[in-house]
Amino acid sequence: MNREKIYEKLTEVFRDVFDEEDITISDGTTAADIEDWDSLSHITLLSSVEDEFGIKFDMKAVQGLKNVGAMVDLIEASVK
Amino acid sequence: MMWELEYPFDGKMIMRKRKSFRRKLLGQPNLMEKKIAILGGSTTHDIKEILELFLLNYGIKPIFFESEYAQYWQDAMFGNEELAALKPDIIYIHTSNRNITAYPEITDKAEEIDNLLERQYLHFEVMWKKLEEEYHCPVIQNNFEHPYFRLLGNQDASNPRGRTNFITRLNQKFYEYVVNHEKFFINDINYQSSDYGLREWADPFFWHMYKYSLCQDAIPMLAFNVANIIKSVFGKNKKALALDLDNTLWGGIVGDDGAENLELGQETSMGQVYTEFQSYLKGLQAQGVLLNVISKNEKENAMAGLGHPQMVLKPDDFIEIKANWEPKSMNLTQMAEELALLPESFVFVDDNPAEREIVKQQVPGAAVPVMDKAEHYVYAVDRAGYFEMTNFSKDDLKRNDMYRENVKRSALQNSFANYEDYLLSLKMYAEIKPFDPMYMSRIAQLTNKSNQFNLTTKHYTQDGIEQAAASDKYITLYGKLEDCFGDNGVVSVVIGEISNGELNIILWLMSCRVLKRDMEFAMMDTLVQECGKRKISLLKGYYYPTAKNGMVKEFYKMQGFVKVSEDEEGNTVWQLDISQGYELKNHVIKVNEGEKEK
Repeated sequence: MNREKIYEKLTEVFRDVFDEEDITISDGTTAADIEDWDSLSHITLLSSVEDEFGIKFDMKAVQGLKNVGAMVDLIEASVK
Repeated sequence: MMWELEYPFDGKMIMRKRKSFRRKLLGQPNLMEKKIAILGGSTTHDIKEILELFLLNYGIKPIFFESEYAQYWQDAMFGNEELAALKPDIIYIHTSNRNITAYPEITDKAEEIDNLLERQYLHFEVMWKKLEEEYHCPVIQNNFEHPYFRLLGNQDASNPRGRTNFITRLNQKFYEYVVNHEKFFINDINYQSSDYGLREWADPFFWHMYKYSLCQDAIPMLAFNVANIIKSVFGKNKKALALDLDNTLWGGIVGDDGAENLELGQETSMGQVYTEFQSYLKGLQAQGVLLNVISKNEKENAMAGLGHPQMVLKPDDFIEIKANWEPKSMNLTQMAEELALLPESFVFVDDNPAEREIVKQQVPGAAVPVMDKAEHYVYAVDRAGYFEMTNFSKDDLKRNDMYRENVKRSALQNSFANYEDYLLSLKMYAEIKPFDPMYMSRIAQLTNKSNQFNLTTKHYTQDGIEQAAASDKYITLYGKLEDCFGDNGVVSVVIGEISNGELNIILWLMSCRVLKRDMEFAMMDTLVQECGKRKISLLKGYYYPTAKNGMVKEFYKMQGFVKVSEDEEGNTVWQLDISQGYELKNHVIKVNEGEKEK
């Protein structure tokens, strides 16, 4: 799956989880950019991402996530 | 009602789309507000959010208190201002085996293990007692799930030093507490986790990352179970089943195949499946669930099938059997009317998706489980929690008899030209007295379940009822009605509050199973007598309209009250002056006589 395709699906996940139809995301997007993105909604976000892409993150990888770009890297590496 | 939240739901989707679901659910009219405290031994954030969705779907709007992380015991034992200010209607204690602080050592002697068990148990018992004393409300407590590892392997369950054994014993002690505490309920996470798969439920990832005691995806299942207990406590259980026949209660089509060729009984695998489903339904009936049939069939074919020697359910097990070619939605609506139940009290069970769709669309509120494989019928009905049992009263056991008697009464009614003659022929006898300890749970149940013949729709817990009964500021009355066909049990409840020499009737309700029996007049006569004894000469009645209580809009007018005011929402206030006398209205029911005529 290429990055473009990943972004397309990932945007859908963000829109569902934060219940906002016009959210856009890019490599540099962080929790500071999205109002409802706090440590609690982050959990829902991660499980929804796992579900969407049919993957499971391990604890180590999850802890290192700095921004959306890093998340996309992780997805890219997990979906082969 | 949102089908996405009906069993079998997609938990992952609920987690993901919860915000938009919540928005939609909050738009529903007539939500019943309830204050719910969640005391957690681990993270509870998502549990609260998902619980809210399921409760909203049941028409309950929760106002939450949520303890800070793992503060369940502190909040309960040492008080919390916010919690005290909320005055919860119900408390849910979400603890797990992560909250057990010590386990037996492999070297421990039996006596040491018993002491340890007692200490772990008392930690919880003192908290329940404190909560009871402080808040007088129902409490829901998780039991414990099994540990996710077994130090003693398979012997972990049987050896007293094993954690599995220890947890099993601790759970058993919790259940012993249940026996003497009517308002204490267990949320069985031990069953839920094994049903879900303990290995996934207890995934340590979620504990170490977020301090959740269960995995994210299992949260909807947990929250659904808690919501089922809560809705049951507040009287929102289903009451009746409307069952299809062909390929639902038996395999095959009786009209085409003939009764002798139906798949039923022990001879074939499919036959066994239907027999097992019938046994399950029979078990529900024994708990007071009303069984009925709605089938597209010629009546004689339906009866031939029901007479099959291998049927577990016999024709007499059903209150009503509708076998005709009318749309099922029409039959269901009519059935509800005849049994004086709301259509939303029914679960419609049918293997045909087209029939289910019509009922979904035409009978809002009725539950329509997905019945797609006969071998999974029991799951479809059982896991949905329609009949979650919390207040099991003697009345529940007798409910089937009462409805059957009702059917006989309507047969008798048709043989009388004059309605009063019919009522007299019923030889009714009523007991109308101040609240009695023996009936408190039934009275509380009625305040939560009667929505139609209910003037103010004020819900009470058993504690609230007991407090009103004990105070001389209130006049309380329950009405119990018997007739020649049987005992209807407690069917009417009235609470009046005395202030400045007047009586404000803050609660007046009656079960619809005794509509048009003049019981409401007998109640009013007794209430007026009670007022007379206390030198009260003015009675004030209140009617607050809801979506369901339209039938009593003119109730006080019928009782001879005069309307004093009406506001924009249709709330009306009425009064009755009895200083110049009062004419008794009931002439057909004998009230409070030592010996009743048999």
